[in-house]
Amino acid sequence: MSLKAFHIILITFSTLLAFGLGIWCLWVNSMEATASYTLGAVGSFAAAVALIIYGCWFWRKMKRLRLI
Amino acid sequence: MEIPYTVTARPDTGLWNAKIGIWLFLASEVMLFGGLFSAYIFLRLDAEPGYWPHGLLNVPVGTFNTAILIASSVTVVLAWAALKMRQFARYKIYMGITILCGVIFLVVKLGYEWPQKYVHFGAYIKSSALEKYEPLLGNKHLLAEGLPPRVEITGHLHNHEALHDPKIKEYEIALDPVYTDPTNPKMDRPHFLYVPPTEKIGVVQKADVERATMFLPTHNTYFATYFTITGLHGLHVLAGVLVFTYFWLPVGSKLYRENPEHLANRVEVAGLFWHFVDLVWIFVFPLFYLL
Repeated sequence: MSLKAFHIILITFSTLLAFGLGIWCLWVNSMEATASYTLGAVGSFAAAVALIIYGCWFWRKMKRLRLI
Repeated sequence: MEIPYTVTARPDTGLWNAKIGIWLFLASEVMLFGGLFSAYIFLRLDAEPGYWPHGLLNVPVGTFNTAILIASSVTVVLAWAALKMRQFARYKIYMGITILCGVIFLVVKLGYEWPQKYVHFGAYIKSSALEKYEPLLGNKHLLAEGLPPRVEITGHLHNHEALHDPKIKEYEIALDPVYTDPTNPKMDRPHFLYVPPTEKIGVVQKADVERATMFLPTHNTYFATYFTITGLHGLHVLAGVLVFTYFWLPVGSKLYRENPEHLANRVEVAGLFWHFVDLVWIFVFPLFYLL
């Protein structure tokens, strides 16, 4: 497996982790109702979306440069 | 004698030497960390009620370190791509950022997270003496709520000499918030954001204590696994930083002038190792910090 393929796998897991962290923040927030956790959830979901966008950009760039 | 297939791929396998080498190495690493993760899961599942702590790690700091590692994975790939496109100046910048990210991760881990544990103290109370410390533990309330009991009193040790001086018969502990208001339902779960110990001092007789130490690997199974896994992971991060620094120094420039593809291959192999290290952290973080 090449570095590019491994990178895509890592970004996929990172995205899942970001979604998981967001859900965890919402879960804790449902019990503690602390503003910092709402902020954490928003930040985590935003990070997950950013990682998806980055993953797509990376895939296209590698293809364009013929590195995939 | 020139070693074959260091730069070009072997025709029958389509691989060059170092790539086979790194994947064999990573396979052994999967077994190493897999064994440790399995040990962690079974120890946790078999822990007696009240003996597996929760919420002791600083989630925002762990999240910061996770973000740093993911960012470093991005920059190492960009460094490799820059080499493939023969943009050496850009490679130096991306590789420099990768090294910086690795160093930041280690500084946060070794300079902040671990030392925060070393100054924390915990005393496990003997089952025969739990009743005596009921005002601090609030176990009747927990029992009524169907929650596991508290068997440990934690905080910052006020009289450090008590650890070594047998003449001192008690520990004076600046209590963690949970022990100052143990029957408050908000204390039924640990605080997920770090809350420092209070000013209130709790006195625990040594005769009532099963075992008491600072939060070191010897304190309990949780910290033994925490320090083992994060320590081993930290060593891997350090190894990655050292290798990247080697490629970033003039040695890398010299190799680039002689054979840029050879340097690109080396960076790719080191990048594969770095990605593995990051992937391990992506499992460590939720396991220790969130669950």
